[in-house]
Amino acid sequence: MSPAATEKILTRNFGRPDSHTLKAYLETGGYTALPKALTMEPPAIIDAVKRSNLRGLGGAGFPTGTKWSFIPKGHTGPVYLVINADEGEPGTFKDRYLLERDPHALIEGMLIAARAIGSTLAFVYIRGEYVESWRHVSAAVGEAYEAGYLGRGLDVVVHRGAGAYICGEETGLISSLEGKKGWPKLKPPFPAIKGAFGAPTIVNNVETICHVPHIINRGAEWFASLGTKTQGGTRMYSVSGRVTRPGVYETSVAVTLRQLIYEYAGGVTGNGRLKAVVPGGSSAAILTADEIDVTMDVDGLKAAGTMAGSAGVIVLDETVSIPEALMVVARFYAHESCGQCTPCRESTGWIYEMTRRIVVGRGRKADLDTILDVARRGAGTTICAFYDGAVGPYISYIEKFRAEFESLIPK
Amino acid sequence: MPVEFTREQLGEVTRLQRLYPDRGGALLPVLHLAQEVFGYISEDVEKYVGTLFDLGPAHVHEVVTFYTMYFRRPRGRHVLSVCHNLSCHLMGAQEIIAHLTSRLGIELGETTDDGRITLLTVECLCACEMAPMLQVDDRYEGHLTVEKVERLVDRLA
Ligand SMILES: Cc1cc2nc3c(=O)[nH]c(=O)nc-3n(C[C@H](O)[C@H](O)[C@H](O)COP(=O)(O)O)c2cc1C
Ligand code: SF4
Ligand code: FES
Repeated sequence: MSPAATEKILTRNFGRPDSHTLKAYLETGGYTALPKALTMEPPAIIDAVKRSNLRGLGGAGFPTGTKWSFIPKGHTGPVYLVINADEGEPGTFKDRYLLERDPHALIEGMLIAARAIGSTLAFVYIRGEYVESWRHVSAAVGEAYEAGYLGRGLDVVVHRGAGAYICGEETGLISSLEGKKGWPKLKPPFPAIKGAFGAPTIVNNVETICHVPHIINRGAEWFASLGTKTQGGTRMYSVSGRVTRPGVYETSVAVTLRQLIYEYAGGVTGNGRLKAVVPGGSSAAILTADEIDVTMDVDGLKAAGTMAGSAGVIVLDETVSIPEALMVVARFYAHESCGQCTPCRESTGWIYEMTRRIVVGRGRKADLDTILDVARRGAGTTICAFYDGAVGPYISYIEKFRAEFESLIPK
Repeated sequence: MPVEFTREQLGEVTRLQRLYPDRGGALLPVLHLAQEVFGYISEDVEKYVGTLFDLGPAHVHEVVTFYTMYFRRPRGRHVLSVCHNLSCHLMGAQEIIAHLTSRLGIELGETTDDGRITLLTVECLCACEMAPMLQVDDRYEGHLTVEKVERLVDRLA
């Protein structure tokens, strides 16, 4: 199957100016998976999602059905479903499109997911800056109550964040939802055992949940067949930077990075020659122009030494300074570290200062090895994956473009 | 201005608190409301909001200072938040920022003397397809050029 010919599933309505309304959703087959799901027992829903090979699209790529099955059997208290709409990974903007243009798809997915995990109260945690998304989701939730989809077994609360990248990390998000600063927590316990307000909680990304109605409607095998052996479906790629047509492209997870850049986004701008690509949001290791013949599924990018992450593809042409790009990325991590863990708090600030010094021509010969050493030593030692997400760029930018860094360091 | 919600606003606070299994969940939304009503989150506002949740001012202060969207000092009538993360950087954010600081005669983080505009840089607003971009109050504006920013600033009252 040529990925270029992949059917649009999540984005099929985006051309309609009223795509965010209940009317548009109903006219295009909306809320037809829900009655089907209501005839299925929860374990059968979970089984279908497992067989579909749907993997979380928020960043970690964890199999969704498996995650749902972690809710303790026989648990009698409340169980919460939390939608991670705190989109913040630099280079990613696909959830914004779903929230603004098809909020009912999210609501229908939530209704099915909530049935699967036994939840009667769900939250949509929307990043504070996404005011338009918040308005559209709130309006859609209102419509869904009026039409009787919500309020009979599931209530949905739309929650606004207040500006902090780390609240995208699921345990940070839960702390924030509880009205605290968004400090991540050590796992275990995983949220599925002890999450929001102390209850078993499933945190899923917006896009992940939007796929669920289609899996129920058209079958797990159909969904699995759209992707690779280990990951089903399409996903929405955010492509930005030096390309002719930046934007969101939905296609099979088996698409290659080359196809995304040249066939979907129309090729490279700037001087027209590709220098490097960040394939999965800024926390993914950078790839050089020679490394773009990889499939964009979770395991394909892992094998290439980077990650699918949030599918945010940032394209750099040959005129871009890699040290300057790393400085910008390092500034972000220094700013967003929550400060709980010493390696993360100290190294992010310090590495930003070092890269800045190199960029302004005041670097020293030993600096590059020192950065690599510091970065490597902290990796894997922190409470959350934020710091590993910073280490990916630190190491890959320097290792793959070392000569360019060295050329800025006075002899 | 006395730091107190109207009856109607207090009703909204109660409504928000009831949405959560523990009313503490409403703290961020109530702080958004407080900022809308009082303009910014002063120490007095922190104390007041704390009383609505039976929380000490230290807890509220810790929360307020953790998030970037709560202002602890008066801000301008409009806030311009220019993204300076990677995609916007690649598409010319630097030039936009330099133009704004010189045109408005202020540094990043400052407010114009007439109280009209506060200028900030922010991390990725996740609208990189329209880079370089900024947020003006609630609204995203993208594909910025110096001319476009110029017109945008002129239109702000
Ligand atoms: C630093 C950090 C930031 C994250 N930001 C987001 C985010 O903005 N949106 C998101 O859905 N997941 C984000 N995640 C991943 C979440 O922790 C979590 O894995 C995800 O929401 C689970 O949903 P999924 O299984 O459907 O992908 C982030 C993780 C880390 C470590
Ligand atoms: S790794 Fe960094 S962001 Fe994550 S908990 Fe530790 S200090 Fe906070
Ligand atoms: S880098 Fe500016 S919006 Fe993403």
